[in-house]
Formats: sequence, C-alpha cells, structure tokens
Amino acid sequence: MKKITLMKTIFAALILSIPLGVLAAGEEGYPLDAMTADPTDKPSLQRGAKLYMNYCFGCHAVGYQRYERVADDLGIPHDLMQEYLMPAGGKIGDLMKNGMDPKESKNWFGATPPDLTLVARVRGTDWLYTYLRTFYLDPKRPLGVNNMVFPDVGMPHILLELQGAQIDTCAGAEVQRDILTGERICGLEPDPSIKGSLSPAQYDQAIYDLVNFLAYSAEPMKMERQRLGIYVLLFLAIFLIPAYLLKREYWKDVH
Amino acid sequence: MGKKLLAWVDERLPVSSFVEAHLAKYYAPKNFNFWYFFGSLALLILVNQLITGIWLTMSYTPSAEQAFASVEYIMRDVEYGWLIRYLHSTGASAFFVVVYMHMFRALLYGSYQKPRELIWIFGMAIYLALMAEAFMGYLLPWGQMSYWGAQVIISLFGAIPVIGADLQQWIRGDYLISGITLNRFFALHVIALPIVILGLVLMHLVALHEVGSNNPDGIDIKKLKDETGKPLDGIGFHPYYTVKDIVGVVVFLFVFCAVVFFFPEMNGFFLEHANFEPANSLKTPEHIAPVWYFGAFYSILRGIPDKLMGVIGMGGAIAILFVLPWLDRAPVRSWRYKGPIFRTLIIVFGLNFILLTWLGTKPATETYTLMARICMVYYFAFFLLMPFYSAMEKTKPVPERVTG
Repeated sequence: MKKITLMKTIFAALILSIPLGVLAAGEEGYPLDAMTADPTDKPSLQRGAKLYMNYCFGCHAVGYQRYERVADDLGIPHDLMQEYLMPAGGKIGDLMKNGMDPKESKNWFGATPPDLTLVARVRGTDWLYTYLRTFYLDPKRPLGVNNMVFPDVGMPHILLELQGAQIDTCAGAEVQRDILTGERICGLEPDPSIKGSLSPAQYDQAIYDLVNFLAYSAEPMKMERQRLGIYVLLFLAIFLIPAYLLKREYWKDVH
Repeated sequence: MGKKLLAWVDERLPVSSFVEAHLAKYYAPKNFNFWYFFGSLALLILVNQLITGIWLTMSYTPSAEQAFASVEYIMRDVEYGWLIRYLHSTGASAFFVVVYMHMFRALLYGSYQKPRELIWIFGMAIYLALMAEAFMGYLLPWGQMSYWGAQVIISLFGAIPVIGADLQQWIRGDYLISGITLNRFFALHVIALPIVILGLVLMHLVALHEVGSNNPDGIDIKKLKDETGKPLDGIGFHPYYTVKDIVGVVVFLFVFCAVVFFFPEMNGFFLEHANFEPANSLKTPEHIAPVWYFGAFYSILRGIPDKLMGVIGMGGAIAILFVLPWLDRAPVRSWRYKGPIFRTLIIVFGLNFILLTWLGTKPATETYTLMARICMVYYFAFFLLMPFYSAMEKTKPVPERVTG
C-alpha cells in the first residue's frame, strides 16, 4: 500500500505544479482595468458594432468576418444592417473589408492600421478596454495625442468628440499613489479645453460595448462552443457509468 | 452468412488468427495501473489528429497570402470548422502530455530495460518524428509566432560550422521563411511525417507484442505459466484491457473536451496570443516562445551561452534518451525495488523536467536563466551518472508473482 500512496503523492505534485505556471504570468507596464466580455449581451454588442462601423471601420477592416454573420449573431435584421452598418452597394455576404489602401495609410499614420477581427485574442480585452480610455493630449506627438497603454502610438484619438480631452498630470512619470490610502496623486485628468459629448460613465460603457463587439468578432462561435461543450461533457459523465460497470463486471474473475 | 464470409476470408487472409493473437491471446500483466492508460490514449490522439487533419486539409490553403485567412475561414465559414480545428490544436498539446506521461511510466518501471530496448528506441523515434511533425504543423496557421518560432528553430542549423548557412537556406528553400517554406512544411506535415509516424508506431507495437508488456513490478510474467501456456499473472488484452481502457478513454476525453470547448487557448499555452496576428517578416514579436512542449529543450538551448554549444546541448538532451537502456545498470526494472537514491532522483527528474518546460515558455531573465542552468545540469547528471548510481546501489528482492 505504501507504494500506491507514494505514487499518488507524486501524481498530485505533478498536477499541482501545472497551474503555478499558468498563474505566474504577469506583465509590467500601465496597470490594465479589467473587463469581462459578455457575448450574451446583444444590446451591448449591437451598440459596439454601431460604434465600430461609425468610428473605426474607415481605417480598420474586420476582414475575416462577414456582414451576414454579424447581423445574424447580433440579431440585426439584414435590411437594417445594409442600410446603417454597411458601405453603400455592399453585399450582405461580403467580408467586412474597407477601401483603405495600405500603402497610403502607412504614409498617413506611420503604420498601416491593422485588421481588428482578431485583436481581442492578440491583446486581450483588458488591454483594449484600457487602451481606448487612456489617450491624453501630448503636443510632442504629430497628431497631438499619446496613449498610456501604447506609448507613441500612431493612431489619433478618434473618439475625442465622445470622451473629451485628457491630460497626464504625472507628465510622463509613472502613476504615483499615496502610500497610506492608495489614492492616485497624479494621472489622467479631464482637460476642460475639449469637452466630450458623453459623461465619463457613458464613455466607459461605450468602450465596454466596443470591446465586447471586438471580443465577439475574434471568436464568433464562442457561445456555440460553450453550449455544445456542456452537452459533450454531460454525455461523457453519463457514459462513464456503464463504461465503469462493464469494466467491473469483466474484472470480477481477475484475482 | 457472416460466418461463411469470415471463413472465406480466413482461408485467404489470416484475419481471425491475427486478431486473436494480438487481442484475446495477447497476455498482459494483470497489475497495470494508472500509468498504463497513456499508450492507448496516444493511439487515440494519433487517430484524432489524422482524422481532423484530413478535414482541415480540405479547407486550408497552403500559401503565404492565403494561409492565415483560410484558417479563419475554417473557424467561421466551415460548418463545425472551429471544432475540427480546436480538436486538432488541442490534440497536438494533448499528444505531448500523453507521450510525456507514457515515457515517464517507462522510466518508473524500467520498461526500456532488456529485452525491451528496441521498443524504447522505436518510441524515441516516434517522439522525434512527433516533434518534427508538431514544429512543421505550427508554421501552417502562418501567424506571428508560427513565423518567428520557425525562424528561431531553423536558425539553429546555422550554428553548424561550415555548412550551417547553406543548410538553413536549403531547409527554407529561400533566403528567408516564405511561402516556399510554408508549402514544403505543409507537404511534410500532411504526408511525409504521418507516414513515418504510422510506420514507427507499427514497429513499436510489433516489438512490444514480440516480448510482451512490462508491469509496475518489472517482473517477467512469462516465467510462470499454467498448463495451457498462459502466464499465471497474465490476462487477455481483450476483453480485460479493452474494457478498462474504455474507462480511461472516457476520463481522458472528459478532460480533453473540457479544454476544447472551454479553454481552447489554454491561456496562451496551447494557442499563443501572438499567433492570432498574421506573419510579418518585418516585425519581430517582443517575446518569442516555442509552444510549451518544446519548453524543456528550448531552456537548455538558451541556458548555454554559446550558440553552437547550445544546439549541441539541446540535441544531446534528446539523444541521451536513446541510450537510456544501456545507462541503467540496476539488476531490477521497477523503481519499486530500486534503492532510495534512484527512487528520489527519478521523482526529482520528473519535477525538474516540468520546471525546465515552464522556464522555456518564460522570457530569459537573470533568475530564470540561472534556474534553467541548474535544471539543465540536473537533467544531464541524472542520465550521465546513472551507470554509477544504478549499479552501486543495493536493490530490494523482486517477488515471483506480481503484487497489486
């Protein structure tokens, strides 16, 4: 019996050492605000899609995705999709590509705006959610704005009219916090020179919707995957019972 | 009708006798434990990879312009394409998990010892072919990590003196990794290596069935037989181990499907985040990491400061496994009857390998590099000193019959 317990100990040690590796992943840089994408929240996804098509799509294609799939998954009728969320003359079955010439856009911004279909799987939703909320005025940059999460990014603050301007009161230094209370001493503050049309809470919600849409677009089958997964695991759990009983029956005569 | 047909075939092809000899009358020791599930599970995953692979090939386009988009086409437009792809990508990682467990089992119970040296060597050859298969398969999605991972691995050949640079170019078929490299990797991944692997698996099994399975006690069960010639401690593989393996398969599939349906990226370990960005030869990712299953060998490569020595070290770490049957000089097979030194070293070796694997997926900071170097020294010392400690240490007496 001693051997069996020893072996179980080893096995437990092997298993326990796996999550250590998963947990130990931490990265430096601007602290990211957490957000959890919710693919079941269709109103949020619809608002996100609207925001995306109006503000982002001009430069950033979502070229692996099709209009029809987005319309069907998000519960948008095809005629409304075609009227409000698609370039004129496009077909509902088309891939969501835009008319930007990559060579010209490289001249304009210093880098071609990337396709964003999968960006949520590359960067993660927390990164996107924080990135889109941390643009600030910086006269040193060619477009007048800089970003906390992605320093010296080539992208303009396209949502400036919604958020309004921000300034960095730390002036480039790291965010400082009061040692006792943990409160921020300096950081991003609203700049009264340019007011946005949304309140800070509304803007956060808008960005949540936008990132939620990008998370959906990165893996549109996620809901279907999880739905099917429950049935598969249920089947296997039930199938384990006859499989085990069959084994026990046959092994009765092994001594 | 069925019986007549079978008789007709049997006169011309030994179907019944073959099936009987290798299933019902293949006597396996009755004391197989948990560790003995992984052989049949490896076979299951091989079949999974072949079938899902065939279906992926139907929709995949092996060209630098189309590869990335065709993978997303499979994920979005092909019916259940996402499932086929996740089964294949998760299967690749699961294959290595299962193979590592299978190999560690052999280490624990001395399954590589006489007369099973060839089984071990064929197994090692499968492992090597599997590494090549996985490496080439990883280029096919044509993501950033596909591209730069391949770049790093192929550049290793450049460390070879004199012929290095030409060899690298010959492997790539171009001055840099390009569509030409992708096309040849595709050919090797879907045709050449699967044929090699299937052939080696066949040899692995033929050799196994020639000498018979080892067991957790490392006892030769063929020594004691009853009057019919059946080993006293043996039971027919079918039905006993077929019904037992079904239980193992169900438990395995539960874990496997939990990953496929709920964590297909496994937090970047099975599908790396950077690989969702198309390959770009002008933009090097910040941190190039191989997929986790190459981690241990990558740690060794990075741990040695000189590039050529690093390549030799990495190659040596794999090569030394081939001669394991001749390094272990203990008179007993199973660790159950080996001395406390061997028993301790083998456990530490398992943990050491896990740590080395994990370090391979991390950036090479000062602390991590130091840790990797310590682990690496242990890895080699475990094998190189084995002829001494295994021969010197007193072993326990091995019982005549198998214990539980």
